[in-house]
Amino acid sequence: MKHVTSLRIGPVGFRIGSAWRAPIDALDDLYRDYPRPVIPDFNVHLFAARPWRRYLRPSVHIGGDFVIPDAAPLPLAQALLAAEMGMNLQMALGQRGYLLLHASGVERDGRAVLMTGISGAGKSTLAALLMARGWRFMGDEFILIDPATGMAHAFPRLISLKNEAIPVVEALLPHARFGPRLTGTPKGTLRHVVPDAPAIAAMAEPAAPALILFPRFGFDPAERPVPPSEAFVRLTQASTNYVTLAERGFEALTDLVARAPAIAIDYPDTATGIEMVERLA
Amino acid sequence: MNPAWLLARTLRDPASAGKLGPGEWTALFAVARAEQMIGTLAMRIQGLPMPEDARRVVRDAIASAEQGRTAALWEAEMARRALGDIPFVLLKGTAFAAAGLEAGRGRSIGDLDILVARDLIEEAETRLLAAGWEWVKPDPYDDQYYRRWMHELPPLIHRERDRMIDVHHTILPLTARITPDPRAILDAAWPLANGLRHPSPNDMLCHAAAHLFADGDLAGGMRNLWDVRCLVEQFGTEGLEARAEHHGLAGEMTRAIRLVQALYGPEPLAGSAGGWGDRLYLRRLTARDGWGRPTRKLTRLAFYIRSHWLRMPPAMLVRHLWTKWRKAHSPG
Repeated sequence: MKHVTSLRIGPVGFRIGSAWRAPIDALDDLYRDYPRPVIPDFNVHLFAARPWRRYLRPSVHIGGDFVIPDAAPLPLAQALLAAEMGMNLQMALGQRGYLLLHASGVERDGRAVLMTGISGAGKSTLAALLMARGWRFMGDEFILIDPATGMAHAFPRLISLKNEAIPVVEALLPHARFGPRLTGTPKGTLRHVVPDAPAIAAMAEPAAPALILFPRFGFDPAERPVPPSEAFVRLTQASTNYVTLAERGFEALTDLVARAPAIAIDYPDTATGIEMVERLA
Repeated sequence: MNPAWLLARTLRDPASAGKLGPGEWTALFAVARAEQMIGTLAMRIQGLPMPEDARRVVRDAIASAEQGRTAALWEAEMARRALGDIPFVLLKGTAFAAAGLEAGRGRSIGDLDILVARDLIEEAETRLLAAGWEWVKPDPYDDQYYRRWMHELPPLIHRERDRMIDVHHTILPLTARITPDPRAILDAAWPLANGLRHPSPNDMLCHAAAHLFADGDLAGGMRNLWDVRCLVEQFGTEGLEARAEHHGLAGEMTRAIRLVQALYGPEPLAGSAGGWGDRLYLRRLTARDGWGRPTRKLTRLAFYIRSHWLRMPPAMLVRHLWTKWRKAHSPG
């Protein structure tokens, strides 16, 4: 690999190699305050399918220790997204130490609030805005549950904002560091935000899961307690490695829903959403 | 050192890991993952002093391999219940795991491979289909090809557990020039306490050699040779030559033993293998870079072509490739 960098997000180390300089420079800039692993847990490589495609209509293929066959390549302008997708893929397919929940999370006074829901539920936006209000940001894609302790571990990668969420967060976090605006991606327009300094400084510190939220955006305000049985089933669907972890996954998840209450919340706008989360937490 | 050779050296001499630098650790793990030997490696080096980051990778790999072992043994039990009184023998990884062999320690296990007498294979298929397994290959050409020319049924997958089973009636394709004796493997199989059976050590060695040198393109070769190394270490080689001769695999077996020595000792490491043939095999077996990516495209291609050449006579190969090519290039 011509260009290489490495970085640690929460407890997980990555080595990223690329046939192009640009994505490595972007990562080194945006992740400049993150520690570097001595030995990475996972490798990601960004490569051209044919040598000439490095230069001619360059298209970025995502490789790594774990890959999906026939994944569509991305244009070079979206290589940062390719790197992020590559890291997410290693986690989703290869992580065996923690139960992965597709969720965002924030923490205050050692109590972690986990938010999970379908794409568009506002997981990332809520977590970013709570960070702006002084919560410790734990992650907007994955929260890691340690089967041995039941504790939630942070995975505070760059916050990935999509479409309408971008101007909302830009307005509320004027001093945050933003990545380039990526237009025309498979998910629409994307922009990354670097988590704030406290989130990075505390990223190795786990927190006890205190509340599980299932937010839905665009509905009249409503709250409904979710019984542990339903929370369990919904979280199995939100986990990418629940089946692979087998008994350890089952025990981690039953333990989680037994110790943390779950509430489904509907919210019409982000201000109401934030108010609801802070009241319930 | 080439990272695949680094993997071979570490497997052979785990204590050598004590001197690795961070870059070597990184390459070692990447190649071990690519060769599906990360669990084997982890079992070999666990407990030795190593950097904290490496210890985490090792710990996760062991947990994963242990789960894989549980799932594989459960799958064998599911097959036993489905097949009822049809006698069958476990092959490859599941056999090593079920028998608690050194070769099974940490080994990744993919599909469940079993051997059934040829005259019972249709009955075995019927029972597996009734118990929830389904055909994976809906393509009629592939299906026909398997049934007519292969040494196994078309692969079946269980619709709830999502696990594959390969039901073999012999250990090499019927089109191959070598014809091993599956009846002898079934007759000489060793029983386990739970009613399952696995081939005798010499037959397991012959199967490994057949798979390596008379069938595939050497993909997974480092792992297969590690199996051979462990089986020889545990059971010795008494009667192996005669058994290999009986299956028509004498040459393949000798080559396997020579390459095991070259890769995993106890003889000196690189350069110890015999002629240019062995050197070419080693070149293919160790074709990985420090990211675990395949290298040496030309060598790989040569072995890929060879694998087809071994599998079928020339006229048939042309027909086969023509059908495959047309399928790949026809709309819809």
